Order: sequence, then C-alpha cells, then structure tokens
Amino acid sequence: MTTTSLITLSNITKEYSSLCALQAINMQLAQGEVLGLFGHNGAGKTTMMKLILGVISPTHGNIEVFGVKPDTKAASHMRNKIGYLPENVSFYEQLTGLEVLTYFAKLKGFSNTNSKKHAIALLEKVGVDHAMKRQVKTYSKGMRQRLGLAQAFIGQPKLLLLDEPTVGLDPIATAEFYQTVDQLKSQGTSVILCSHVLPGVEQHIDRAMIISSGQMLATGSLAELRQLAHLPTKISLQGLDDTLTQDPILIPYIDQKQNNILRVPEQDKMDILRHLLSLPNLQDINVEPANLEQVYQYFLKEKPVDTKSSYSAEAIK
Amino acid sequence: MRQILTVASKEFHDGLRNRWLISITIIFAILSIGLTYFGGVASGSIGIASLSTTVASLASLAVLLIPLIALLLSYDSFVGEQESGTLLLLLTYPLNTTQLLLGKFLGQGGIIALATILGFGSSALVLYFQLNDNEIIKVFSIFITSAVLLGLSFTAIAYLISLLVTEKSKAAGFALIIWFLFTLAFDLALLALLVGVEQGISQQGLTQLMMLSPADIFRLVNLSGLDSSDINGALAIAIKSSLSQVQLFAILTAWVVLPLTIANIIFKKKKL
Repeated sequence: MTTTSLITLSNITKEYSSLCALQAINMQLAQGEVLGLFGHNGAGKTTMMKLILGVISPTHGNIEVFGVKPDTKAASHMRNKIGYLPENVSFYEQLTGLEVLTYFAKLKGFSNTNSKKHAIALLEKVGVDHAMKRQVKTYSKGMRQRLGLAQAFIGQPKLLLLDEPTVGLDPIATAEFYQTVDQLKSQGTSVILCSHVLPGVEQHIDRAMIISSGQMLATGSLAELRQLAHLPTKISLQGLDDTLTQDPILIPYIDQKQNNILRVPEQDKMDILRHLLSLPNLQDINVEPANLEQVYQYFLKEKPVDTKSSYSAEAIK
Repeated sequence: MRQILTVASKEFHDGLRNRWLISITIIFAILSIGLTYFGGVASGSIGIASLSTTVASLASLAVLLIPLIALLLSYDSFVGEQESGTLLLLLTYPLNTTQLLLGKFLGQGGIIALATILGFGSSALVLYFQLNDNEIIKVFSIFITSAVLLGLSFTAIAYLISLLVTEKSKAAGFALIIWFLFTLAFDLALLALLVGVEQGISQQGLTQLMMLSPADIFRLVNLSGLDSSDINGALAIAIKSSLSQVQLFAILTAWVVLPLTIANIIFKKKKL
C-alpha cells in the first residue's frame, strides 16, 4: 500500500459564530485506507466531512484533499473523484430511482447514454434495480438508503465519505454494503465512514478516530486503541470451575460476577493462554478482545463531555 | 455549460411532469382568447373587441397572474432542496453555485417563457386570422416579450426569497407578500401619493417611481402605445411622460438580471 495521503487535515478548527464545532484536528488518510469516524450526535463528524468536501471553509488550519484545498475553485475537478452520502437526504420524490441516479451521473460528467447505463449498473449493485422505474416516494427507508449509496458510488470514486451508511439497512444489506466497501478498498479507494452503529464496523476499518464536542479523543488502529485503553481481553472457559478459583496464577484475573470468565490485560494474554492450555480439564476456550464499542465507551468516559458544549454543538447540525 | 444544461433539463422536465407547463399555457390561452372574444361585453357588444381594449384587459390580468405563477413555480427551488438535503449533495458535485442557479433559472424560466408564448400566442393567431391586421402581430410581440420578461423577473425574485429563508413555508409566505407588494400595494401607494400629496410629485417623478416595480414597467410597456381611453389610474398620467419602449425594456431586463445577480451572491455566501 502506498503512503501518499489523500487527505491532510492540519490543525483544523471550525467555529460557528459562538461555538466551536471542531478544535485543532489533525488527520491524514492514505490511499486505500478506511477510517471510521465515531462520536455522539453533534460531535463534529458531519462538520468534518463538509470541510473535506469543501462545502464549508475552516476557521483556522489547512486542509488538502488530492493535493488541493477543497474550498477553492481548483478543487472542482477533484470532486469527480469523491463520492458522498449525506446523513439525511431524501431524493427527488417525484422522479424514479433511475432518473435520480442518471441526473447525478450526468452531473459527474457522464454523457447522456453512458449515465443511464452506469446508473442501471449501480442500481443492480445495490439491489434496487427491480424498482428503478418506480418513483422514489414509493421507496422504503432501506431502498432510499441504497439509492443514496448508489449515488455515492457514481464514477468509481477514489474517496468515499459516508455519513451513517448503514442506517435503515437490514442485516443482509449491511453485510453487502461492507462487502462493497472492502471491494472498493482493494481497488485503492479511501473511505471515511461515520457511524454510531458500532457492531460490525470493526473488521472493515483500518483506523478509528473518536471525536467528542469537536475534539479528537483518540485515533489509531483498533489494536492501538485497545492498548491505549488498557482494556482486558475477555476469556471464557468451560470445564475448569474449581481448578480456576484455586489456581494462584489465574485468580487475579477472574471476573467478579462470573467465575468462568477471565479478564486479562493485553500484555499478559499469551502467558495466561499458554497456562490455560496446559490445564487438562479445559473443554472449551473463547477469546474475545475488547470490541469497538468498549473502546469507544472507554474513551468517552476517559474525557467526560462537558454537557453544555455538547448540546450547543448539537444545535448547529 | 454542460452542467447548466443538465440542471436546466431536469428542472424543465420537472415542470412538464408537474403539469406546470400545460396548466399555465391553458390558463393563459383561455384568458386571452376569452378576453379577445368577450372583452367588449362590458360595453354591451359580443364579438372581437378592439385591439387596444383586448391588450389593455390582457395586460391588467397578466400583471397579476404572471408574477403569482412565477413565484409559485420557483419559491421552493432552493429552500426545498435544502430541506431535503439534495442542495448540500449537489454542491459536493463538480457544480458551482452559479451553474446551479443559472441551470434552474434556464429550466424554470423556460417553462414560464414557453407557456407565455404558447398561451398568449394562440390568441394572437386567432385575432390575426380574424382581423388580418399586421398591427396585431406587433402589439402582441411586445406584449408577449414583456410578459416573458415579467415572468423571468419574478422567477429571479422567487430565487432570492428561496435562498434567504430556511423553511419552505416561510418562503411561501414571503412569496405571497412580495406578490401583494409589487402587484397591488405598490400601485395603491403611488395613487395615494398622487392624490394625497398636493403638487408633491411630478409626472417625471411618478414615472421614475414606477421603475421600482417590474409589474408597473410591464403595464407601461403595454399601455403606452394604446388609446388612453382604455387606461386609467396612475398609469394614464405616467404614460404622458413616458420613457421610450426601448428604455422600458432595458429596465425590465435589469429587473431580471439584478435579482438573479444578487441571488447568486447570496447563494455563494449561504451557510449549508
């Protein structure tokens, strides 16, 4: 994987008249990298996307996307390479799904005939092709969301910004969506994924960034974050009941409520596992590293959010 | 240019799909053919009224209807897309605010213009075949051109409203107020000024004041060439010191360009 960064945010601050939506954010995104952006509502996720898209300009700091400042005229051609799914979008209700997508494809520079072909291909990809001749107002929430995704995928973008992409999708569609993300990633597309639906995201992101009230709380790969948070790995065991409570090596790690579960810090994990495997009574073992949700909770608790400012950040959304 | 045409074509098709084109055309056609045939009823005769009577009555109806229709067609153009989130999305595309504004203007203005030409043009043709008078073509081309400009002017004003407010319902309210101010209140105010302020306002001054309303310029354009017996009110006085047709058309065009330019500036600065 190349290390050229598609997006560079240096010391970005965005202020709206009286409140600070983003504060001194630094971030880099490399080609083919998938970044998960996590935070409460109003934490500044959408503001960050808008800044990257060049729809708004930062108060301080410098942004570069594809080597240009996104809020300048020079950036207009780089927009062909960016796909964006806004958080709340309802497409032209009176148009059919195909018409909506054809319109957006034309605006991305497709010719009249190609735009229709491309639109149909995308609708097939997201599984709305059966309803493409129906008006959008007849679509269900999930179908609208898929249409939005198809819109973001127009023109094989090199950079995808997805704001709550899986909202309204059923589990199968969600899985299909993540498959598409993996596929695009393997083709070199960089993705920024904003979400507060945490389960299921972790295996598809390279890096996570947790923000709250416009401030970055933590960033790094999930493993790095886990280490930073010192969150223990959960080891569930079967068949050891008595041996466990009598083993001096294991006793410090036993969960207070369930005595067939151990909570082991990352650095002791391998030693404990080796020890466990040497025990003859062991029937089954299940190792669960701290998941994204726990990491997220940890960092949010670590730096308690000043409720007043988080409310005001909400107001600007 | 391609982007402008793409947006324009979408807006134009929306106008077709929502039956705007057909309904406006029919309203204008019925109105103008009706007035052509029955315009004389008030004076006790049925049959084709004189050209000046017809145009005078057409102009006084069109001056109310066209602004209303243009405002109705366009007031939610931007605020509607802002509410549904597509405005933000569109601006992340390789499309700048000027292209989006001009595209919409071309598409929706096209609907207004085409409906005006078809609707009023039809009665011009009927009249022409009945009376076989070349004057008809001349008078009606002036009428239709100025009507199109009036429609475009209020489309641009509607965009201003649509870009300034953040809710669709507010935009509708403002559109109604703007319509009332320009088409009814402004004239009443002028009349009051004429009657109430003794020697306070000259003919020249009155004509200049009338340039502040595109609706009044439209009236002036169409009525200045006619017998003044068909005209009354503040207009009759203004007409006597009238500006030339060319000047009037220039000012009416300015009423299209100016709001559109201001709308573009506001759009550029709009916080999304």
